[in-house]
Amino acid sequence: MHTLYNIVSGPLAWLAFIIFIGGSIYKIVTMAKLARKKDSAVYEYWDMGFALRSIAHWSIPFATVNWRKNPIMTLVTFAFHISLIVVPLFLCAHALLWKEVFDISWWYIPDGMADVMTLIVIGSCFYFAGRRILRPDVKYLTSTSDYLILLMVVMPFLTGFWAYHQWPGYRMMFILHMLSGEFVLAAIPFTRLSHMLYAVFTRGYIGSEFGAVRHAKDW
Amino acid sequence: MGEPASKIEVKNIKDIGLDEGAARLTPERIETVVNEVINNETGARLKVYVDTCVHCGLCSEACHYYLSNDKNPIFAPAGKVKQTLWEIVEKKGKVSPAFIRRAAELCYTECNLCRRCAMYCPFGIDVAYMMLTMRRICHKLGVTPQYIQDTAHSHSATMNQMWVKEDEWIDTLFWQEEEAGEEVENLRIPLEKEGAEVMYSVIGPEPKFRAQLIYQAAVIMNAAGVDWTMPATPGWDNSDMAMYTGDNEMMARLKKEHFETAMRLKVKRIVMGECGHAFRSVYDMGNRALGWKMPPVEMVHALEFYYELFKAGRIKIKHKFEKPVTLHDPCNVIRGRGLHEMARYVVNKTCATFIEMTPNREHNYCCCAGGGVINCGPPFRDKRVVSNRVKADQLAAVKKKGVEVCIAPCHNCHGGLEDIIHHYHLGLELKFLGDIIYEIMEKPE
Repeated sequence: MHTLYNIVSGPLAWLAFIIFIGGSIYKIVTMAKLARKKDSAVYEYWDMGFALRSIAHWSIPFATVNWRKNPIMTLVTFAFHISLIVVPLFLCAHALLWKEVFDISWWYIPDGMADVMTLIVIGSCFYFAGRRILRPDVKYLTSTSDYLILLMVVMPFLTGFWAYHQWPGYRMMFILHMLSGEFVLAAIPFTRLSHMLYAVFTRGYIGSEFGAVRHAKDW
Repeated sequence: MGEPASKIEVKNIKDIGLDEGAARLTPERIETVVNEVINNETGARLKVYVDTCVHCGLCSEACHYYLSNDKNPIFAPAGKVKQTLWEIVEKKGKVSPAFIRRAAELCYTECNLCRRCAMYCPFGIDVAYMMLTMRRICHKLGVTPQYIQDTAHSHSATMNQMWVKEDEWIDTLFWQEEEAGEEVENLRIPLEKEGAEVMYSVIGPEPKFRAQLIYQAAVIMNAAGVDWTMPATPGWDNSDMAMYTGDNEMMARLKKEHFETAMRLKVKRIVMGECGHAFRSVYDMGNRALGWKMPPVEMVHALEFYYELFKAGRIKIKHKFEKPVTLHDPCNVIRGRGLHEMARYVVNKTCATFIEMTPNREHNYCCCAGGGVINCGPPFRDKRVVSNRVKADQLAAVKKKGVEVCIAPCHNCHGGLEDIIHHYHLGLELKFLGDIIYEIMEKPE
């Protein structure tokens, strides 16, 4: 158990961070280069003002027509994404790790709040899965990989919640927690989770086209 | 309202262009062509669009095909990409002729490239771009609907969409000048006037079927005292079905001819009639195909031009148009150029009662004729009419409020809405904005 713990919390963690950061940089740089070569329009028509205008509208709940048309999805997706980012970064136990390993100190959130946010992530994943099963149009688009991605995302939260509350087998859960967290981190650049890297560019580009060329709103 | 959708044949549609084109394909040929297009003509945008889509379905309700066909998932924007490019990219072109046959029918006749879904996708994924990429593949494979391919052939043979010969073109302008001259004395349609301020350009169908629009434009130009001209050479046609078949080379040739004609005449700007797709071609796609970031000659759509004329008080009206009107927002000049407020300014200046449809402006529903779909001809007519029940509902709702006339400032929209109005027995009159202006303006004697 101890050896496993050491591997998971040591080399594997480093590996995950390296793959995540290295992979993200690699993906963004290769796409930027490819775009320069093949999609020069992206650079030519990119307009920072309009790009930010579009990104801003889509980053605010209910600021776009489609967010307003889908109130539940909007609430869930915003709560989910915020929790998904806030909990891993600002959980008290994680903040201690940041301090210990990288000597970075920043804010942390109360554990009660982290608990709630974790439940939000878990609940949201079930909501997304339910949507995939129940809504015919979403079901039509869904492939096995979509469920696997949801599973990948929910695992660190499920196991983390378990371990924090010291339910039976929590030591094993703790290792699984780290392992699944590392796995999902490393997967970001190479799966559809890469929307985390690309969303600002796709949104910004269409925002630029709509704003600067077409003089129309895109929300 | 109308016949129920089930009675109308929208499945198993025969089209010689699609059927025989697909029959000639071999898997090897498909693979070669697909990879040619994917590797040489697409890049980061396609890759990122394919990778970024999280299959959330938030785009579905943007599409009038989806909404009108009882939310059938195969008509949702992402659903259409699933049936075309996802599969093609994933299998690296190893798809069957039957797959291409279906993908071709889908990309040519089940998407109007209206770009409404780009406004509903949180990532701003441009499905129209992907459908155009699919069309590009189909064009290179020779699997295109017969009717639209015929217009593309006309473009390449005559540089206009309707097989109009050079002398017929000039003759039509003389004819319209003569007719209009009977109403307004000394009215001219100045041909080849070098150094005029404005070159007026139209689409091929105007001289062919709707010559009275040239007459009306001449009367408006005349009354407003515009220094204008029309070319007597090829290059007069601003339309572009090659853009919609996927024949990008031909699109570039057409626009080159158009811009060069304007440059030869040394005009300051090109004003074009009420057409949407042609505007997209000259303002957005054709210029890019030629390497111009923006058109090399200023392009002004009729809506903007009317707006300028009314704003400057260059057109006086006798009285406002009395029948209650509504306004259809054409995708290519609204989502494509943001002319919605200018259009409303002119409508309010000219019409006594204006009732809005909802949704409107950028969120308008397409006419379901655009993107070359109406140009795919009679085989696909029923499908596009059935697939725009939401537009019929919109029109029916304003009709209840008393609307008698629908203004559609776009040729394709006209064609599409005409079929919808007829099929759903809506009993609305359809007009161009120019029709209304012509009818109520003060004309010189």
